[in-house]
Amino acid sequence: MTDLTRLSAAALAEKIAAGEVTAVEATEAHLARIEAVDEKVHAFLHLDREGALAKAREVDAKREAGERLGPLAGVPLALKDIFTTEGIPTTVGSKILEGWVPPYDATVTRKLKEADVVVLGKTNMDEFAMGSSTENSAFGPTGNPWDLTRIPGGSGGGSSAALAAFEAPLALGTDTGGSIRQPAAVTGTVGVKPTYGGVSRYGMVAFSSSLDQGGPCARTVLDAALLHSVIAGHDERDSTSIDAPVPDVVAAARNGEVRGLRVGVVQEFSGEGYQAGVMQRFGESVELLRELGAEVVELSCPSFTKALAAYYLIAPSECSSNLARFDAMRYGLRVGDDGTHSAEEVTALTREAGFGDEVKRRVMLGTYALSSGYYDAYYGSAQKVRTLITRDFERAFAQVDVIVSPTTPTTAFPLGERADDPMAMYLADVCTLPVNLAGNAAMSLPCGLAPEDGLPVGLQIIAPAMADDRLYRVGAAVEAAFEARWGHQLLDEAPSL
Amino acid sequence: MTVTELVSYEDALASYEPVMGLEVHVELGTATKMFCGCSTGLGADANSQTCPTCLGLPGALPVVNAEGVRSAVRIGLALHCEIAEWCRFARKNYFYPDMPKNFQTSQYDEPIAFDGYLDVQLEDGEVFRVEIERAHMEEDTGKSTHIGGATGRIHGASHSLLDYNRAGIPLIEIVTKPIVGAGERAPEVAKAYVAELRELIKALGVSEARMEMGQMRCDVNLSLRQHGAEKFGTRSETKNVNSLRSVERAARFEIQRHAAVLDAGGTIIQETRHFHEDDGSTTSGRVKEEAEDYRYFPEPDLVPVAPPREWVEELRGTLPELPRERRNRLREEWGISEHEMESVLNAGAVDPIVATAEAGAPSDQARKWWMGELARRANEDGVALEALPITPEQVARVCALVAEGSLNDKLARQAIEGVLAGEGAPDEVVEKRGLKVVSDEGALGTAVDEAIAGNPDVAEKIKGGKVAAAGALVGAVMKATRGQADAARVRELILEKLGVEG
Repeated sequence: MTDLTRLSAAALAEKIAAGEVTAVEATEAHLARIEAVDEKVHAFLHLDREGALAKAREVDAKREAGERLGPLAGVPLALKDIFTTEGIPTTVGSKILEGWVPPYDATVTRKLKEADVVVLGKTNMDEFAMGSSTENSAFGPTGNPWDLTRIPGGSGGGSSAALAAFEAPLALGTDTGGSIRQPAAVTGTVGVKPTYGGVSRYGMVAFSSSLDQGGPCARTVLDAALLHSVIAGHDERDSTSIDAPVPDVVAAARNGEVRGLRVGVVQEFSGEGYQAGVMQRFGESVELLRELGAEVVELSCPSFTKALAAYYLIAPSECSSNLARFDAMRYGLRVGDDGTHSAEEVTALTREAGFGDEVKRRVMLGTYALSSGYYDAYYGSAQKVRTLITRDFERAFAQVDVIVSPTTPTTAFPLGERADDPMAMYLADVCTLPVNLAGNAAMSLPCGLAPEDGLPVGLQIIAPAMADDRLYRVGAAVEAAFEARWGHQLLDEAPSL
Repeated sequence: MTVTELVSYEDALASYEPVMGLEVHVELGTATKMFCGCSTGLGADANSQTCPTCLGLPGALPVVNAEGVRSAVRIGLALHCEIAEWCRFARKNYFYPDMPKNFQTSQYDEPIAFDGYLDVQLEDGEVFRVEIERAHMEEDTGKSTHIGGATGRIHGASHSLLDYNRAGIPLIEIVTKPIVGAGERAPEVAKAYVAELRELIKALGVSEARMEMGQMRCDVNLSLRQHGAEKFGTRSETKNVNSLRSVERAARFEIQRHAAVLDAGGTIIQETRHFHEDDGSTTSGRVKEEAEDYRYFPEPDLVPVAPPREWVEELRGTLPELPRERRNRLREEWGISEHEMESVLNAGAVDPIVATAEAGAPSDQARKWWMGELARRANEDGVALEALPITPEQVARVCALVAEGSLNDKLARQAIEGVLAGEGAPDEVVEKRGLKVVSDEGALGTAVDEAIAGNPDVAEKIKGGKVAAAGALVGAVMKATRGQADAARVRELILEKLGVEG
């Protein structure tokens, strides 16, 4: 019998729709896999067995009743613990929200339910999505299924690890500076940050409102597209969501093609700090695109070198305000409420105990950057850089259809290696940050293993805002060509757990 | 109290010139909150009108209430302001438990309306122009109730209760430019400005602007400078002055207090002050050691507001007649003095009188009832005129009954009393109470004959030419008919019977 956990979401959905496999069987297979490996991987913070099985039974009943099933009906999914789920804990990887059970579903959660996707549980993440290794989770780190002593990326390390460990064929992430793409890159999976505003942020606990974007994570480009089309679209509860038709990403993923496409290579995405094996695989990817009929254009986007600095002013500034609500008054952790402390003291004690170091660091950075007398020099300048980056992208996209780059400068680094070196940690996102600052769409997909360490390397494809379908058209072509070359999926080379 | 010996108002004004700034918050009367769909209705159970957005739950997002923007633009236009072509909301960051997100969604350097003015008329008819700096949109906070302390303030309280029903209710904050040149009339200008603004808001229909309900709140900022000085002095900010009279008193008190401090060689501290209704004084709140740093930045969860020009012009077309212009028009139409108009205004009788006149009553009759009997009644019951259980149409009907001779003044009064007592419409009350002028000439004639017979002395006087003495006989007839006679007709009959020309 086929191992249901090794199937793509598209294949599994087809089998369920055809009645070859029940949704309950598919769900149970994944729950069993989680049971078997998650102690080692620690991808999940919370499992919802009952809810998942109930949903699976509902899907099976629908099928038996002859109802038409959606394209992902009955397929299990791992949900990043940043999306609110009514009746199910949502911690955002933080102690400050320990015990909080949201009274409402995020729009994304609601859409998954409506599409009959089976939500298995909530995945681990860096606290409040601040980090690139999932080591900042208050509930312990997640291991990379390729090598459990290494990071699975972050902040969405739980979601990427769940995919790579075959605990779920689909996962959801959020990407503020690379939190979907960098974990995808280091785990040999596919992750997409849609155009800003493409997926509703309602019910997605905010880190940096102008940068945060939810998106699909999967093991194949087509699966990502199927999930993308389920979660995307205008939401009247999110004023920043785009009120326009969602690009047909599924059709694009089914029709991979790069012939005649102009592909940009930006010189600023190379140089010091880039691992040799990463650059080698990236070079091969560019060569492959050329072989497939694309025209490669060298570009320069000088402002990209300032993206990291701008990001680390804007994101902390917004987070210092977004996280102000965690004051122990209405929900979550409350420390020191024993009658001897004032409300202010209770707030301070709760935050001291409830927030981790990285969160405190960013709240302090942001508070400083927004303060009177410093605003213009810090937040104001960062916004100007943001404008310059957007213009650089506009100039680039006047010449090319998509831009490609390594997703992250290195492969998965060992757990603990950068835990005490914030700057080194921040550099993991140097190729992904500019995309968030400009609001464009981008994808990371596997392009091979680095020769020196045998770990996955990610290829980033960047498209202009609202042209998310280009990612899938190019991604599907690259994926097909690589798999034809390798004779299998990259993940098939991962060690068994 | 920091200063007990105030300088007399006259002395203060002899040395200094007051400079004022008024900040008025108006709660809009929209059906739903500024950034979510929760009801704005008053009086509901605590926290029953809340949702993830107005509770600031993790993940929840705001969406702008279009009606709130419309109201803000109309207020801006009525204040002769420019309307921004493009503006954003901003986050004002500060902590307080009744503010769910610990930032207030407000506007900072891009208000929706700016650079306007409001002409206000003082009691003697002088018009003073108050320049408007800006009007911007924001949301209200929740309400804290501190339990266990003596003062109702947080100090000394054992615990506090939080009600978030008010959190997110739309507010418009209207800020004046420094008001200079009002001199000794500064407190009067402050009061007249707030009164005029309240009338304007009500005329626009965007809020009931009831100060006693907190729907309109005023902060009075005041400083003094030596006559001839260019630089403004340090100001004090008296918060939540919530009646027209208090606005005037607070300004007056602060002028005297500042003068006392300055005369004694002291310096004014920039601080928040609380106003006390009982004795009209202010006391120090928290001292602002340094300007509070609200770390404003553009609200990233909301898209900019860009009112299209055609829409703004369309709204300009919906503006009502300005209250001051309307008042002057009515005053001329009614032919009354500034002073009389002021009384009508203070009684809140303008709209009832207009409505009564529109229902067919002569305006002087309408004014007589609303400013007389009904004002007295409202005053006794401690309610607003418009809250009395009688409609302008009913008052107009009573006037009509008087005009056609069915009721005399006394009976009309009883009819009104009956309506107020819930006995029904004027005609029903007249019917039930039997309030009809005795117009049966026979019955009336008998009563007149009896009165003449009973008062021969008086009758002689009248015959001798003292027509004024007829009043006594009219009184006797009225008494005999228990008031249900038409006094004018009675007088006619008496004179007729005694053969005297009226």
